[in-house]
Amino acid sequence: MEMVITEAVKGLHQLLKAMGVTLRYFFVKPITVQYPEERVRLYPRFRGRHELQRREDGLELCVGCGLCAAYCPAGCIYVEAGENTEEERYSEGERYAKVYEINLSRCIFCGYCEEACPTGAIKLRHEFALADYQRDDLVYTKERLLTPATPHVIVLEEGVIARNEVTKQSPPLFTIKGRRLLRFARNDK
Amino acid sequence: MDFIASIVIPFIKSVIIVVGLLVGFAYTTWFERKVCARFQIRYGPNRAGPFGLLQPVADAVKAIFKEEIIPSTADKVLYVIAPGLSIATALLAFAVVPVGRSIHLLGREIPLYIADVNVGVLYLMAVAGLATYGVVLGGWSSNNKYSLMGALRTAAQMISYELPMGLALISVLLLVGNLSLVRIVEYQSALPLIVLQPVAFIIYLICCFAEAGRTPFDLPETENELVAGYATEYGGIKFPLFFMAEYIHMITASAIVTTLFLGGWQGPFADLHPLIPPFWFFAKTVFMIFVFVWVRSSLPRVRYDKLMKFCWKFLAPLALVNLAVTAVVVAMLA
Repeated sequence: MEMVITEAVKGLHQLLKAMGVTLRYFFVKPITVQYPEERVRLYPRFRGRHELQRREDGLELCVGCGLCAAYCPAGCIYVEAGENTEEERYSEGERYAKVYEINLSRCIFCGYCEEACPTGAIKLRHEFALADYQRDDLVYTKERLLTPATPHVIVLEEGVIARNEVTKQSPPLFTIKGRRLLRFARNDK
Repeated sequence: MDFIASIVIPFIKSVIIVVGLLVGFAYTTWFERKVCARFQIRYGPNRAGPFGLLQPVADAVKAIFKEEIIPSTADKVLYVIAPGLSIATALLAFAVVPVGRSIHLLGREIPLYIADVNVGVLYLMAVAGLATYGVVLGGWSSNNKYSLMGALRTAAQMISYELPMGLALISVLLLVGNLSLVRIVEYQSALPLIVLQPVAFIIYLICCFAEAGRTPFDLPETENELVAGYATEYGGIKFPLFFMAEYIHMITASAIVTTLFLGGWQGPFADLHPLIPPFWFFAKTVFMIFVFVWVRSSLPRVRYDKLMKFCWKFLAPLALVNLAVTAVVVAMLA
């Protein structure tokens, strides 16, 4: 009998405590990023869509060696090399990529192509809104890969904490009665 | 008794209550999603219309245009009747709830309740008991094991919560000395019954959660074990009908808790204007709905044998003790 009463009181206390915790969060500003209007925060290491890089003088960095295609675990890269001539020069070396296609509906965005590339020609950048109406449109041709995208994101510095990340080091986002509720950094603005 | 007072006016009031509850249902889903989201530091629906206010409309249109599939092995008659039964009983309970003081309109005195039944509380218990049939029949007629398990749990849940609920109500009735909800509200003009009967209030509230099938007692539709429980085989507009029944139950339960324990339409400045009592009633009901959502976003679901154990071994004895104490006090004061 006595045990039942103490347990009931204890249980009720714990229930009220739990309800108190949730109620405290009710008055906290939501941390949702309202995506199309607000920009998503990304790190430089974020792996989005591939982009082929150019040298400063406009020549393509890609020499058509096909190492990326060989390395690709998903087998979604197709490279066909062509010979550079004096009249038509695309890249520095002997050869260039005549055809360079990435099937993004197969790509797993692992970044191995980037690792395999000897000239640093292929880079995974920050474009991530890749939806399309036709499957064929997801096979990106060389022209499209050479065009730099302007993704709707804020690129953070490496090591800076994003607003929607919680770490022990980041300062508390809000305190109520001196209690640190959630730690969110706001230092990325 | 003239024709207008006995037929036309109750009819108009019924239509207003039914329409009000159906719109109320739509916006209770919106309210719940919004409030639940805030508890989880999200915004909730905010794309359809300002503050997502058109979200219920969008949901309704979507549900109506969905394909309706009746399982070939289902008991078709019961399968179709079950959601309607659920809703009808949820709506019925509201008939005896007084929303406010009488108002004068077009030279007539119109009381703001549909019926002042002299056995109002009994009526509530009876209708609440019937509501379970919709769920049980729906689960049984679907001819699906998950639906049947859901229905089974509803039945188990009902025989557990009905007893403490009734006992909690009896202690209230002992104090008021009347079964009519109109009298019960009038009794609370000085002091709401939550002050006089806190234990009965807590027991009744817990049972309400079980009755409305809400977390932590939403066992009939535990989505992680039973797909959707009794509603598994329901699609098209019939699934939202069950959903609607659940939410209208929640509104009705909130309104009844308001009436029985929180003083109903009574409140400060209730005499100043005839529209102030309905406002108090509305505000208290919305607060109770908020409590329902609050509990949902705070507490996990209990196992159904634990619910039965809790109801039979803890709530029922507690309600009995409360009843005995109330009876002794009432007898000594009389």
